[in-house]
Amino acid sequence: MKTCLVVDDSSVVRKIARRILEDMDFQITEAEDGEQALASCKEAMPDAVLLDWNMPVMDGYEFLGNLRRLPGGDVPKVVFCTTENGMDHISRALHAGANEYIMKPFDKDIVTAKFQEVGLVALTEQSSV
Amino acid sequence: MTPPDYEYLRKLLKDHSGLDLSADKQYLIESRLLPLSRKCGVSGIGELVQKMKGGSSSIIAQVVEAMTTNETFFFRDKVPFDHFRDTIMPEMLKARASRKSIRIWCAAGSTGQEPYSLAMALKEMGAVLAGWRVEIIATDLSTEVLEKSKSGVYSQFEVQRGLPIQLLVKYFKQNGELWQISPELRAMVQHRQLNLLHDFSQLGTFDIIFCRNVLIYFDQDTKINIFGRLAKAMEGDGFLVLGAAETVVGLTDVFKPFPDKRGLYRPSGARAASPQGATSMPKIAAMAGR
Repeated sequence: MKTCLVVDDSSVVRKIARRILEDMDFQITEAEDGEQALASCKEAMPDAVLLDWNMPVMDGYEFLGNLRRLPGGDVPKVVFCTTENGMDHISRALHAGANEYIMKPFDKDIVTAKFQEVGLVALTEQSSV
Repeated sequence: MTPPDYEYLRKLLKDHSGLDLSADKQYLIESRLLPLSRKCGVSGIGELVQKMKGGSSSIIAQVVEAMTTNETFFFRDKVPFDHFRDTIMPEMLKARASRKSIRIWCAAGSTGQEPYSLAMALKEMGAVLAGWRVEIIATDLSTEVLEKSKSGVYSQFEVQRGLPIQLLVKYFKQNGELWQISPELRAMVQHRQLNLLHDFSQLGTFDIIFCRNVLIYFDQDTKINIFGRLAKAMEGDGFLVLGAAETVVGLTDVFKPFPDKRGLYRPSGARAASPQGATSMPKIAAMAGR
């Protein structure tokens, strides 16, 4: 089973994301900020990280930089999931090593599409009729 | 769409299909029902709702179907665009090497996601196309969706379905909550209003035709007729791309499946059995709500 670390300071968002990702057969761990997330990654590197940007203690952008410097830290697919929907933020995130980017509000379809995009979920045949 | 229309559709969808739309899914209704309005021959969602209220069970069924299964987004189904990049274009680059021009037709261009996906795929091919002239003609029955396609403006939801973030950054400009595809890509796509039931020979001859998820709305005779006319509008070594659930098999022998590439067809060289003009299809016109 693939693992996904959900990082968001909102427990509501974590809960929604957990439900969506568990339906996609991911095993979920949660973190409330970048520092907790980093500790979690040092313990066990997840296959995927769903990452908020604005959080107390350590934000998502700083976490991403730290993650990518860890041994094996280039492995997890990192998908930002944030209300920061400006082109400047998206570009910075991609330069820092993010694999995909979700602009909130999000729904199940968007999360599924983005996880397919980074190759974490098999492409399902979409019914056309 | 007016709030009462939205509420009407929400309740109807809940009752008929169990689909429970939250209060903020106007974009979803618009993206799915505008193409259906076009196919039903009405001007927009308001008129569609009027017909539904008038008790048209066929329209209600189509609305439910469209809302529960059908949607257009960038690089929809992915596989056809892989075929385009890995099979169709390499072949065309060889076959058209002397004339260096390729004509592509999106026969159900809708709100533009398909023609612009092709335009992006072409851009991503880079220098191999230097010096080539590639035309993309997007046609649709509805002038409303064509206007949207021409504008190249999409909501935040629309650009997050099927479009890789790198392509969003590369080819779109942000304007608040909306995203507009670049002028360079918009200039690659020409738009024409067209009803597939009518004669389309004036569009000329194409090398590649994308005709996805539109023929499913027509009956068998009409499909056969359209396939016959598509074959005539295509170069003998061209490619036809159909939707994932569509096929020519059992309908016509003017196209044959391309081996091992689902949804991909080529002209067989056979002539359409009985070439028919658009005038011989009153039955279909009736079905389309005319």
